[in-house]
Amino acid sequence: MKYLWANFILIAIFLSDTGYFKEIDKGYDIGDYATDFSLPDINGKNVSLSDYKEAMGFLVIFTCNTCPYAIAYEDRIIALDKKYKTKGVPVIAINPNDPNLQPEDGVTYMKKRAMEKGFTFPYLVDNGQKIFPQYGATKTPHVYLLEKTNQGNVVRYIGTIDDNYSNASAVKIKYVENAIDAMLKGEEISITTTRAIGCSIKSR
Amino acid sequence: MIRLSLCLSILLFIGCGVKESKNTNFENSDLVKNEFIPADSLGIPVYNFDQLEPFLNKKDDNIYIINFWATWCAPCIKELPYFEKINLQGKANNYKVILVSLDMPSMWKSKLLPFIKTKKIQSKVVVLNDLDQNRWIPKIDKNWSGAIPATLIYNRKKRKFYEQAFTYEMLNKEIQEFR
Repeated sequence: MKYLWANFILIAIFLSDTGYFKEIDKGYDIGDYATDFSLPDINGKNVSLSDYKEAMGFLVIFTCNTCPYAIAYEDRIIALDKKYKTKGVPVIAINPNDPNLQPEDGVTYMKKRAMEKGFTFPYLVDNGQKIFPQYGATKTPHVYLLEKTNQGNVVRYIGTIDDNYSNASAVKIKYVENAIDAMLKGEEISITTTRAIGCSIKSR
Repeated sequence: MIRLSLCLSILLFIGCGVKESKNTNFENSDLVKNEFIPADSLGIPVYNFDQLEPFLNKKDDNIYIINFWATWCAPCIKELPYFEKINLQGKANNYKVILVSLDMPSMWKSKLLPFIKTKKIQSKVVVLNDLDQNRWIPKIDKNWSGAIPATLIYNRKKRKFYEQAFTYEMLNKEIQEFR
């Protein structure tokens, strides 16, 4: 019996050391490797980060149809995709909300919204709400900038898009753009995490 | 062997139970508009963070329950009656409830005021209107991601921040720990 206990303690230490518990608890920190995924877009076609052979990185944005903050940033997300896709950093939007709790975040509504706004990027369904907890997203919109390396996709920036949700023309600091520009130049990113008010993700 | 499986199930339980439940629901909301409304025409205070901050750091004998909410946030609306119930017990228990609305300026007159009126909100309501969220969110709590609902409970001796929704029982239980 003593032997079993010792084994258990060893397993527990191993799991905590490998970040297993941490990952469930609070998601990624800067410098962590982000998981890839295979999630369906609004037409049911699965999309993975590994599909983008030429990409230098990704702007993974957890967003939705219903949150006023997410809606306020829609045009800016489209602009980010247009500006940085050609530089190798496309936007990948993921809707983390459970449509059973928030019907207007169901795929039919996602498709409608993407058409109305002319989304230039994939808008994916977090089927089963499994990906957002791994990233540690808590709200919409919630942005993760990843840099593709030989070892995997490294988290370089976590937070909000800029410092003024209500007026794009009054923005003083473009946090995300500054982070991508620095990353592409191989420079250090000066602000790696930011906070903003958002709608908590709807999940069981 | 029974002890082994018991131990294993405890281990699993802990592993899976870490993430607190965030059962949430949202209603649809208006588009964000940039609209200037003179604060004094509202009838409730509109603060920037520096003006709000003193309310988060009182040194008297009360227990302060500061709830961050918005009319567009369905889980916030769901838990609001529990804060109202606590507020009603306020006089006898030294509770001070402050509901800090994060509604956007375009919603103050169209959503917030009608909500306060129709729901007959008794607690003190203030509006926090400060765009530099990245500056003040960590000042309220260093671990707050910015998701609402969120609540700060404090007294002279301790303070605790909750990035979660409450049931009445959970809220009351937390407040008792400050007595």
